[in-house]
Amino acid sequence: MSEHHESTRSPGEHAHPGAKEYLGIAVVLTVITAVEVAVYYVPAMRPMLVPVLLVLSAVKFSLVAMFYMHLKFDHRLFSWLFVVPMILMSLIVIGLLRLFGHW
Amino acid sequence: MAVAALSHPAPEAHPTSTGLNSRKMLFWAFLGSECMFFGSLISTYLIYRGRDSAGPHPHEVLNIPFTSFSAFVLLMSSLTMVLALAAVQHGNLRGTKIWLAATALLGMTFIAGQCYEFTHFFYDGLKLQSNLFGCTFFVLTGFHGTHVTVGVIWLWSLFMMAVRGKLPVERALDVEIAGLYWHFVDVVWIAIFTLVYLIQ
Repeated sequence: MSEHHESTRSPGEHAHPGAKEYLGIAVVLTVITAVEVAVYYVPAMRPMLVPVLLVLSAVKFSLVAMFYMHLKFDHRLFSWLFVVPMILMSLIVIGLLRLFGHW
Repeated sequence: MAVAALSHPAPEAHPTSTGLNSRKMLFWAFLGSECMFFGSLISTYLIYRGRDSAGPHPHEVLNIPFTSFSAFVLLMSSLTMVLALAAVQHGNLRGTKIWLAATALLGMTFIAGQCYEFTHFFYDGLKLQSNLFGCTFFVLTGFHGTHVTVGVIWLWSLFMMAVRGKLPVERALDVEIAGLYWHFVDVVWIAIFTLVYLIQ
């Protein structure tokens, strides 16, 4: 079966992870979500709440994109098709927030 | 298996100038455009946040423990989705059916949670036309919920194909593309959960 996948894999693509790795990623995602909610309820974290939550959210986003959407293993072109609009979107959000006086 | 692959050529086997599957590339380009779409909705929400004189305000209605559970459900649906893909790639029909059904059921649980949340907000006085928060919140989360609903319908269609034996290993790309859509819906919720619910 794996021979079949080896023969049909596109250039620049590597083998996808197995069920064990997928379960490991799910555990990490669950722990990060629990930390996010915990951080929200800790009053001492208030001053650092926004940067901490943004970093944790970015880590979760990256883990899903890299391992579950297989961007880490597929051809680079697929990553570019996704990352370039992401960067563009982030710049637009930041620009609009500045334009409307949020910073 | 190599023999089977030769006798049943994969629909994606046609040559392309990049050597990459054109359906998969098209779908990634679509997801790129979806990034821009949700980016516009998220930025609209953020721009108008905290500019309401009339309530209800976010901290008065948002239920963090409940939404955290919904976020967990959607994260777990991403796990079951990727297990469905692994199953179909290994020709495991039983596993494909189980994991596709599990993903669709988790998606339906998320939708049910969103319906409950929206109903709760409605009785708390938050409607689409109540204030800027109501308008931007319902449009953003409503569009996300619509995407999840489309994903659930897609997943049940694939499940029915698997039940009828029309989802062999040669058609694993069909499940992979549905999986890309499903994971995208999940990553959008990761962003919404943080930006809308946790950072108020």
